[in-house]
Amino acid sequence: MGVLEKISGPVVVAGEMRGAKMYDVVKVGEEKLIGEIIKLQGDTATIQVYEDTSGLKPGEPVENTDEPLSVELGPGLLQSIYDGIQRPLEVIMNESGSFIRRGIVTNALDRKKLWEFVPVAKPGAELEAGDLLGTVQETDVTLHKILVPKGSEGELLDLKGGKFKVTDVIGVTRGKDGKKRELRLMQRWEVRRPRPYAEKFPPDTPLVTGQRILDTFFPLAKGGTAAIPGPFGSGKTVTQQALAKWSDAQIVVYIGCGERGNEMCEVLTEFPHLEDPRTKKPLMQRTVLIANTSNMPVAAREASVYTGITIAEYYRDMGYDVALMADSTSRWAEAMREISGRLEEMPGEEGYPAYLAHRLAEFYERAGRVICLGKDKRVGSISVIGAVSPPGGDISEPVSQNTLRVTKVFWALDASLAHRRHFPAIHWLRSYSLYTGTLNDWYSKNISPEWAAMRNKAMALLQKEAELQEVVQLVGPDALPEKERAILVTTRMLREDYLQQSAFHEIDAYASVKKQNEMLKMILRFYDKAAEAIDEGVQLRRVQELPVLNSIARMKEVPEPEIPKKADAMNREMDAQFESLLKEARRSG
Amino acid sequence: MAAKKDYQTVTQVAGPLVFVEGVGNIGYNELVEITLPSGERKKGQVLETSKGRAVIQIFGVTAGLDADKTSVRFLGETMRLKVSEDMLGRVFNGLGEPRDRGPAIIAEDRLDILGAAINPFARSPPRDFIQTGISTIDGMNTLVRGQKLPIFSGSGLPHNDIAVQIARQAKVIGTEEPFAVVFAAVGITHEEAGFFMRDFEKTGALERAVLFLNLADDPSVERIITPRLALTTAEYLAYEKDMQVLVIITDMTNYCEALREIAAARSEVPGRRGYPGYMYTDLSTIYERAGVIKGKKGTVTQFSILSMPGDDITHPIPDLTGYITEGQIVVSRDLHRKGIYPPIDVLPSLSRLMNAGIGKGKTREDHRGVADQLYACYAEGRDLRSLSAVVGEEALTDIDKTYLKIADAFEQRFITQGRYEDRGIEGTLDLGWELLSALPETELKGVKRDYIEKYGRRFRKPEEAKQERE
Repeated sequence: MGVLEKISGPVVVAGEMRGAKMYDVVKVGEEKLIGEIIKLQGDTATIQVYEDTSGLKPGEPVENTDEPLSVELGPGLLQSIYDGIQRPLEVIMNESGSFIRRGIVTNALDRKKLWEFVPVAKPGAELEAGDLLGTVQETDVTLHKILVPKGSEGELLDLKGGKFKVTDVIGVTRGKDGKKRELRLMQRWEVRRPRPYAEKFPPDTPLVTGQRILDTFFPLAKGGTAAIPGPFGSGKTVTQQALAKWSDAQIVVYIGCGERGNEMCEVLTEFPHLEDPRTKKPLMQRTVLIANTSNMPVAAREASVYTGITIAEYYRDMGYDVALMADSTSRWAEAMREISGRLEEMPGEEGYPAYLAHRLAEFYERAGRVICLGKDKRVGSISVIGAVSPPGGDISEPVSQNTLRVTKVFWALDASLAHRRHFPAIHWLRSYSLYTGTLNDWYSKNISPEWAAMRNKAMALLQKEAELQEVVQLVGPDALPEKERAILVTTRMLREDYLQQSAFHEIDAYASVKKQNEMLKMILRFYDKAAEAIDEGVQLRRVQELPVLNSIARMKEVPEPEIPKKADAMNREMDAQFESLLKEARRSG
Repeated sequence: MAAKKDYQTVTQVAGPLVFVEGVGNIGYNELVEITLPSGERKKGQVLETSKGRAVIQIFGVTAGLDADKTSVRFLGETMRLKVSEDMLGRVFNGLGEPRDRGPAIIAEDRLDILGAAINPFARSPPRDFIQTGISTIDGMNTLVRGQKLPIFSGSGLPHNDIAVQIARQAKVIGTEEPFAVVFAAVGITHEEAGFFMRDFEKTGALERAVLFLNLADDPSVERIITPRLALTTAEYLAYEKDMQVLVIITDMTNYCEALREIAAARSEVPGRRGYPGYMYTDLSTIYERAGVIKGKKGTVTQFSILSMPGDDITHPIPDLTGYITEGQIVVSRDLHRKGIYPPIDVLPSLSRLMNAGIGKGKTREDHRGVADQLYACYAEGRDLRSLSAVVGEEALTDIDKTYLKIADAFEQRFITQGRYEDRGIEGTLDLGWELLSALPETELKGVKRDYIEKYGRRFRKPEEAKQERE
């Protein structure tokens, strides 16, 4: 038991703390506020407190729990909404009303709820860490696999089926050391230590997001990492939320780290009503939300990212594809800076601590596609998508730069696109994905062998457009030859009819890769036909008047099942219309 | 609680900070009363406390303070504000003391001015329209109850006029719910304060308003307190008295300067441009005190004004603000130079919650479409303006010339309005249709066809409308 010596904001110093370890969780003061030891010097410990420290006095007791900051892992995580240190916000509300008061201690998992456990492992079996013990149907869409926790491996002596609370004993193992260990549905894991896996290997499947610009041009692989930097108002959060809604991950962990309360509330109210396009069940059934808004304690904001990724790893270990969104990692970095400042550490660039790069890299390295522990060699993945909020939109600042160094996909949000209401405001020339090459196989096998060629062609046109635009700025569009103007017409279609996608339109919000393929093919086909017609002497003006242009523009609103039929019809429409143009040209020519 | 004790153990005074030693165990953030040798009393707050030693931040100037006779008394609680419904119609100084020679407030409650974070789970998404009577806001960047929407301005621009106009005109249409304005002036000049007071009194807006005035020559440390007093009052009126409260804070830049000043006095490690590293967190504890809470009738909406140093939107103050608030209204020097009032530039402005607050049953079903279309036309027109500056207007096509005309009309008629002109939302939208009628209907891709027929047709010349139908 220690004694408080000094209080200054969220960082406090306690004396008489002999025996305490780094990152141990402590209970500070009479109100038992939760804190974590972040510095030790002789008998004194410096503690970051996860709650408001107003009114704390020197001399108040500090109690060491002797345990690092940990999360509870077990059935009941899904559909939960936690704060940064895994306290359920709903329970907090029931205890303290609309405002968050201090000193609330709650369990992360409901201790009263009964879960139906179906055993799989047989008593007598020799079990390794990660081996399947049995399953719990956690939600309609997710089968929660109960695995042997690390440290409890050995011979299975007993395993019971039936209804259990998360803390009930479901079985017993005997380890090599002869000790018996009890098995429960729930386990604890410290957040700052990555959960173990057998082997990591390179990703080869795309995380399909239903967002055309992402899937077509800048795909993210399952197990990959992506960064979305952008100034405010450029649609970072909308993009993150679209990914949380539509990506084909089986589990989604969404961390609202230091963001707006109203935005978080939007997520909290919207998600339970959204339907998963694949399972037709509420999206919430596969989602864990962590909400630590900007005005909630800053130390808990620092912890929220670790809480999130540990939960993600837990589901990865079951063999699931997990997508983790962190909005925004800049707020997390700022929390580090704030605490580092209070510790009076030597600052690095822009006041950020010198260990910023290391912490960011460590976090993104917890992503990946792995073979999990356990005999059945399950494959699971975590894809991490981190939003970055660079000051003034200038990505030369430390958080963006250090993030780009470790992430493989860069979705560049652009304020000027957002100002033009071009959403998603991801810039097609400045973004990149290092997975396009490795994912080509998947696309050619599952979508179309021409996929890569088509994407390259569209990208080349968009690049050409940027060059042509410079000329247009100087001499006006009329100075360009018809053929080059046809490129401008096509790229405008690409931008408006393909890249722009409304997150609020019920059909357009999600486009399957098959639909994307048809749409892109249609636009490029139009371009080829137009170029051909111009060679035959048709005026571009006439091509621009073709009614099929309207159908192409509306193609994004065509429901998925009707796409093949609609595409056929449009192809015929296009052929006929060009045919008549050509006829006319030949007659007059 | 032990008897409150006076200490005469001041060891050091630096800027607004006073170091006291030999004290008992003092709570962090605790309120302090200091008696100067002259008998004058000042208030302060504990910034850091350790065994036998406390660092106090004084609200007020430290002139006259000495290390010898000055006595310090710790009040054993954090700063609280006496609140009551009678605060409506009253004017207070930056510390919450009456400034209007009226009686002291008889407290119905004493509230901690730091407040507490609203549980995101207890929030209800903002969905209801507030009419400000200004077309560029109502029509293009709609304010929604529970939103925080700042005005980014610059020195010499008429943001104060816009602020009082909003304070005067803001209302919730179609309901009888009581509406109140809490106005916090942070570090503004006497002249500006006079302007606000006169305008509030003259127009009768004072009746439903509470004013907190911290003037430019008041101690800057008080500026840390003033916005929090305003928000505490607002929360009380909203959540306890079921009022729809609009909080206007001007100028947040002064608040941030005060924050920097104190950080420097404490010799903290500075972040960007000398502002403390925790400025984002600190600002969020102000801005995030807006919202709608499940089960409560009242709401708190925030309209903060900040002047961008050097008109630089990437300066830390507007930048961090923009990351917390739900959009921004940008006041433009170019428009102001053209003599346009209110000089609000809709292109960089944004209201993130607009979609939730407009449409059928709230404003009008065609609102989104009209706003998008106007936005697109104006953006196109502005682009063409720079193009025509290079190639000459003659080189433009007819349709491009029309866009140019619409952009001009947009500035002259839609943006421009009188300081006392309260334009209803219907009027704003109709005006929008009128401007759009210069374009052929086929160009109006952003609006549903039904709405063009229902709302837009009547602004077209009869023969043209007939043609379109055929």
